[in-house]
This record gives sequence, structure tokens and C-alpha cells, in this order.
Amino acid sequence: MHETMVAESLLTTISAESTKQNAKPVSAKISCGMLNAINDEVLCFAFEAIAKDTPCEGMKLEIEHKPLQCKCKNCDQTFDFELCRPRCPKCKSEEFDLLPDAPLILEEIEFETE
Amino acid sequence: MKKRVNVGKKILIANEEYALKNSQFLAKQKKLCLNMISSPGSGKTTILVRTISELKNKIKIGVIEGDIQTDIDAKRIKATKAPAVQIETGGSCHLSAAQVSGALNNLPVSDLDLIFIENVGNLICPTAFELGEWGKIAVLSVAEGDDKPAKYPAIFAKSKVLLINKIDLLSIGALVDFDIERVRADVRKLNKDIKILPVSAKTGQGMADWYDWLKEAVKIYKANN
Repeated sequence: MHETMVAESLLTTISAESTKQNAKPVSAKISCGMLNAINDEVLCFAFEAIAKDTPCEGMKLEIEHKPLQCKCKNCDQTFDFELCRPRCPKCKSEEFDLLPDAPLILEEIEFETE
Repeated sequence: MKKRVNVGKKILIANEEYALKNSQFLAKQKKLCLNMISSPGSGKTTILVRTISELKNKIKIGVIEGDIQTDIDAKRIKATKAPAVQIETGGSCHLSAAQVSGALNNLPVSDLDLIFIENVGNLICPTAFELGEWGKIAVLSVAEGDDKPAKYPAIFAKSKVLLINKIDLLSIGALVDFDIERVRADVRKLNKDIKILPVSAKTGQGMADWYDWLKEAVKIYKANN
């Protein structure tokens, strides 16, 4: 349900950019790491609800989920974390460090121009 | 015609800015701040009440309470004579750094050693919002089931301590199925440094280890800031 606050922040940023560009936003790309726990349906629904009667009404959100990455302590290989059995695909070691989770980022906005 | 504009901006930047201000304020005052996160009913307030009472001559504790409604929790804390500020979020499922900033103004911060933020009961949302705390404390009660770290990994990946609460229930034969070793194994995969402490805030079992961790954390934080 924290998606509501994420949607509010998105609306503020996209509206400001829309004013700056003097154009109507039609879609936006967002990326987030696994630990941000963003549910696509909930975020899109929340955004749709608060964007009503604003220049962002009807916008499409595209959400890219980035996997949590680990680095093998044995061979330095970087790989995607899997909870069921996290281990290095290269040397099979189970000793690794978790790398920082990708933050929640507004990557790109697409505007419709005349 | 369509035009693409690269933004590359953190979406929760406004919250992060408040969180940074809070952490700078707390570092300057040398006050350790811990953000306690769990599902509703895991026993956060009971843990705090017992901790405050048993450490009252050693660590001065203040509490910021977050709930959707009521000041029931702040009243329970105040009954221990510790200062408490209630934030009623009015429906929001997590505390924001701006709310904590306001609450810090209403706590006698200079009289305290340690400030607990008891977040809104929710295992998911509060994890995504930094409040300016030094560390997160996860609480999982045995009645919730031992599959929670696998299902809700974020809080376990981000916490410094996991308190497994209500372990007194495990001694009542076959009342609760909960495999502490499964939790340990799942949590360790996500977080090698986390301290896992099985406790019962009701009977006091295991609480001494939690107090030792707190005393050490307060000491180290003061020395390093």
C-alpha cells in the first residue's frame, strides 16, 4: 500500500516536468529493486486514481524490476540472488555478499508534442 | 509526435531528504535511533515496555509510536514513565521521515540515550521508507509462521537485529509449529550480519541478550559520533 506515496511523488515530479516541457505526458518508465517491494497493479491503480483530472490522466506506467545482485566471495562473479538456493553459478560457492538493492527511479517520461 | 525525456531521479527523494536531516540531527545529538518493524500483533510494544522498565537505570529511552489510529501504544509506553510521542497516520501504512522529524521536535531528545521508532504494524511498506534511523529491528512472532523471511525478504535483509518473539508459545507442546532453524537459515541467506535473538517479552526469556546488544549499540554509537 506504500505504492500510494510512490504514486503521489511520481505525480508531483511528472507534473513539474510536464509544465517545463509544455507537453502532455503519455507514459513513464520506472525501475526498482526487489527490496522496494513494488506491486505493479497496486502502483498503476494508485497512480490512475490520483492522476484523474490532472495532465497525467491516462498515462501508462512501465515498471522494470531489477533483481537483487550478489558478488561471490570466492571468484568475484556477480549473479542474481535467489532465495531458494543462492549460490555462485560459476564456482558454486555459497559464500557471497549482497550488493545494494536498486533504488526506485523514475527513468524516463514520454510526452506527446504537437 | 512523441518526445522522450530522461529523468533518472529517485522517486522517494523527498522522503530521503527528510531522513538525511533526521540522521544528521541524531548524530549531532549522539542519540541512537532504531526503527522497529513487524506485522501487527508481533509484540513490538510489549518488547518496548519490558525493555524500558528493565533498562531504566542504564539507558534512557524515548519512543515515537506510529499507528493508523489511536494513542493506545503511546499510553502503554508513558505508563513506564518514558517519554512517548504518538503519530496517527490516519490510514497510511508506514511512517514517513517528515512525520518522524515532527515527532523528534516533541521528544526531550537531549535527556535520552536511545530513541525507538515503533513503525506502523506492517511487514512490507515501512521497509521502503528510511526515517533517519541508525538501524532497523525486525520482530517476528512465532505464531506468524516460519516462512515469513522467505515470503517477505526485504525487512530481514535490511535489519540489524531480528527478535523472534513469543518463544514461550513453543514450550507449550504442539501449540505452534515454528522451526527457528528454518528462520535462521533463510535469514542468513539474505543477511549474514544480522543478530538473531529468540525472546519472550512476556516471560523475559532471552531478553538479556537483547539488552546486551542495545547497551553495546548505544556505547558504540556515542563513541563514533
